[in-house]
Amino acid sequence: MDRIPVLTLADVLLVSIQVDLEDQLALRLQDDLAERIVATGARGVIIDITALDIVDSFVGRTLATIASVSKVLDAETIVVGMRPAVAITLVELGLQLPGVRTALNIELGLAMLAASRFVESRAGDVADAAPASS
Amino acid sequence: MTTPVANTSASIGAVEVQEIAGDDDVVRVRQLVRAQAVAATRLSLVDQTKLVTAASELARNTLLHGGGGRAEVQIVTNGRRKGVRIVFTDSGPGIPDLDLAFTDGYTTKGGLGLGLSGARRLMDEFDLQTAPGQGTTVTAVKWER
Amino acid sequence: MDAKVAQRLAEVLTARREAILQGWMSTVRETLRGRLSDAELRRQIDEIYVALVATLESGATTVSASSASDLTGVLADLTRSRAQHGFSATETAISVFALKEPVREVIGEDTAALSDHAAFSGFIDQLGLYTFETYVAARDALINEQAEQLLELSTPVVKLWEGIVAVPLVGTLDSARSQVVMERLLQALVDSGSPFAILDITGVPAIDTQVAQHIMKTIVAAQLMGAQCVISGIRPQIAQTIVSLGIEFGEIVTKANLADALQYALRQQDVEIVRRNGRSAV
Repeated sequence: MDRIPVLTLADVLLVSIQVDLEDQLALRLQDDLAERIVATGARGVIIDITALDIVDSFVGRTLATIASVSKVLDAETIVVGMRPAVAITLVELGLQLPGVRTALNIELGLAMLAASRFVESRAGDVADAAPASS
Repeated sequence: MTTPVANTSASIGAVEVQEIAGDDDVVRVRQLVRAQAVAATRLSLVDQTKLVTAASELARNTLLHGGGGRAEVQIVTNGRRKGVRIVFTDSGPGIPDLDLAFTDGYTTKGGLGLGLSGARRLMDEFDLQTAPGQGTTVTAVKWER
Repeated sequence: MDAKVAQRLAEVLTARREAILQGWMSTVRETLRGRLSDAELRRQIDEIYVALVATLESGATTVSASSASDLTGVLADLTRSRAQHGFSATETAISVFALKEPVREVIGEDTAALSDHAAFSGFIDQLGLYTFETYVAARDALINEQAEQLLELSTPVVKLWEGIVAVPLVGTLDSARSQVVMERLLQALVDSGSPFAILDITGVPAIDTQVAQHIMKTIVAAQLMGAQCVISGIRPQIAQTIVSLGIEFGEIVTKANLADALQYALRQQDVEIVRRNGRSAV
């Protein structure tokens, strides 16, 4: 049965979507990612859609769902590599990707993940340093 | 509600048909539409993307809301430019409330349900024929610029 | 013209080839006024002649017959070449029409053959028109190509800093041009991997609703892709147009000039530029 491979890069999961995402494949991907996040303790998920020349509302929903599930599991999702023609079409379609952050490429996506982790840990430092009564 | 499909367009080339009964048919519709656009028209990449995306939305609608049906793809011309006409028919329950159907976010199947209004925005001409209990036919055309 | 007439003409054209070609050559040479060498011209009309005779021999009665495809192919090549070299449409089509007279002279006073010539004349007319059509199409293609090149030249993408590109636009923006420009901008974001783009419209005198909408859609598209777009250099007239048209720029950041936009972009990237005396410059 077809599966989309999920790679591990330190504590980030990397998925590259190369084929048309139909129902079964999308569901399996969602399941696989959720399982792998828990199994590896990953804090970030990067979905590379560079190879997708079409993103319709189904694919959009799938990406949004993945982002939501990941967030519940304390991992952040970043979608990278959206093609200009796809972006222009999505704007025309009026489709938004709620809860999905985007970056131009994997490198920028990783930097984004690192930066938000930094902010998070600093916020944690500040909280720790504050006195209990405030 | 709809932009009537101009009767001044003439068809050239054969009508390519794709039955829609399952998900992989939605993929086939996409591939069929793209193949026709690339082979027979000078649609730009962005316009091709819009066309194929609209076809994908409409095909999915036919499958999920119409219980399956068929897609027809044909090259058309208005004398000066060429275009791609896509027609989706199903014999499902029909759409009882058109206003609601075209509102962004309308859905009876869950999810974002942007099928119709989104597809209309992507295409140059768009026509919808439907009646409760009598199925639905969507016709849309994308023209070269 | 029917098949038999075509074949009779083929015979005549074959039998009196040299005489006809001489006559044809001299008329065409005159109209081209030395802009084409004799040798090249001779080669061209020989090619047409051979194809024409073959077409007539096969009994073709119209230009659109499949057996005429070699002939139309040769004519199309000739026409495109003439169009590219700057010959006018008439100069090109005349090369075809000029064949009528030499053939008529050769037929002379043979009255039976004269009716054949009338049919031949009609066929030549079709060929001439075909040449005209092809010429127009060729010139259109040339113009489109040049328009594209012009668009490329007028939409430079400049890298201002690591991760920051600028697209300075100059000249009038119409709907068509703005779409192309916007697509180039988005592609530039991908190609340069720059998450920040500055669209500078200092050199744009005016925009209309459609153009403004294209710009806004592009900025939203850039955001979807994971980049940020800022507009700089909005002239007072454009600002007034935007407001009067009721266009809401919403969250889109606009800066008065490119320098301000660059400063903003650097700050967004957490880049600080410091003067040697230790004081911040940005």
